Amino acid sequence: MRPFTLTRAASPEEAVAETGARYIAGGTNLLDLMKLGIETPARLVDISRLPLNEVEEADGGLRIGSQVPNSDLAAHDLVRTRYPLLAEALLAGASGQLRNKATTGGNLLQRTRCYYFYDSALPCNKRDPGSGCGAIGGVNRIHAILGTSDKCIATHPSDMAVAMLALDAKVETLRPGGATRTLPLAELHRLPGDTPHIDTNLKPGELITAVVLPPPPPGRQLYRKVRDRASYAFALVSVAAAIEVADGRIASARLAFGGLAHKPWRNPDVEAALVGARPDDAAFRGAAAVLLAGAEGQGGNDFKIPLLRRTLVAALRDATEGTAR
Amino acid sequence: MPLSPQVAPGGSAPADAPQRLSVTLTVNGEDHALALDSRTTLLDALRDHLHLTGAKKGCDHGQCGACTVLVEGRRINSCLALAAMHEGDAITTIEGVGTPQALHPLQAGFVRHDGYQCGYCTPGQIMSALGMVEEHRQGWPSHATGSVADRPALTREEIAERMSGNICRCAAYPNIVDAISEFAGEQPA
Repeated sequence: MRPFTLTRAASPEEAVAETGARYIAGGTNLLDLMKLGIETPARLVDISRLPLNEVEEADGGLRIGSQVPNSDLAAHDLVRTRYPLLAEALLAGASGQLRNKATTGGNLLQRTRCYYFYDSALPCNKRDPGSGCGAIGGVNRIHAILGTSDKCIATHPSDMAVAMLALDAKVETLRPGGATRTLPLAELHRLPGDTPHIDTNLKPGELITAVVLPPPPPGRQLYRKVRDRASYAFALVSVAAAIEVADGRIASARLAFGGLAHKPWRNPDVEAALVGARPDDAAFRGAAAVLLAGAEGQGGNDFKIPLLRRTLVAALRDATEGTAR
Repeated sequence: MPLSPQVAPGGSAPADAPQRLSVTLTVNGEDHALALDSRTTLLDALRDHLHLTGAKKGCDHGQCGACTVLVEGRRINSCLALAAMHEGDAITTIEGVGTPQALHPLQAGFVRHDGYQCGYCTPGQIMSALGMVEEHRQGWPSHATGSVADRPALTREEIAERMSGNICRCAAYPNIVDAISEFAGEQPA
């Protein structure tokens, strides 16, 4: 690991005053990448003890401090009862030990698990801009099928972020100088384009202080994750769904997807295709067709296209079972 | 609480020189004052500086669970933690759980149920199980729980899911689950 200086911030304001430093909280992803020489910060600021570790009710929703561990969030009564898809997504990710350490803000900012990003002997435009993408034409079983570029086909690994995207979460931040802003989670992560080394739209030094959830969506919620092992593995594909059925028709639908793209994926056209329809397989397959209209396999990940179609149909069956079906 | 850099007499260090920090770790109830490179993980501090070699280095990437310890009663991967970030925290290692003369009931259970072959993962399995049983006692759900709003019983399926961060390459899993299941059944609900 490259040498670094470590300091501890006593307040969020003190943290953002540390120009040019990287924040470390749970460290479960950053330290791993530092051991591999992929992340090489010269200065770290420990933000793990900042008073940003509360889950509180706010305007009918929840404000989740960025330092709340994933395990506490998943175990929180209000999350379990009002936002079960978020608890399910958190519990589908990582291991008990990692969830105890990984934080809400850090989970959003974790980096891709693309093999080429992790292996500094191989080309990767995300790790080393201009070096090329080893995954294109290489081993790409876990890679993206939507929103890719000719520079990068990596996926975002978070389950939590997918659930939060379906819940219309917003991210609160503090910037150097003291300015705060709130941005929709949908605007936090980026597509790779020509700059895959830039994962998010945060400005240098901008600190995530909280994630805000609006009141829970109507209807039934679920998170469906498909992976290579029954536990402790990243998603090949995942679906976060909140579906309301009234009078035999789908009244509202919120759907977000993991494992498909460089960011958690949401497409309003998919939801629009469902609203007003009877909750049957024809409607579900129609929604999947809208979702997958621009999907493109890279060889090793071609299977994700039919896998996602079937996973979405299965998730929608579960979310609407016993309503009007 | 500020971290305390050790400044070398006679001047400041070059920009990319290792940073030395004075760190007091509280391990198994005892305070230990250490001078550590900022890069030192909690696992390396325990093993190489305090010579508590119960916690094992398996993968060193948070994937195998052999390094599991309790920090403030919660299980974590000590290989993915910087020692200096845990100053003041109560750290419990396998050495603080039981001794060969006075085994902890869970350790005795691993012996009785033959919950290992080579034994390398066992300290991590036991520390993880202690943390896990406490999580379950507090009513935490898991991925194996039918509805996350429920407080599930600690079935074999629940134990397997909750222990998935601990790998046993000898595959003693059925006996590990037996040992944990027996221990958990003896705990007040």
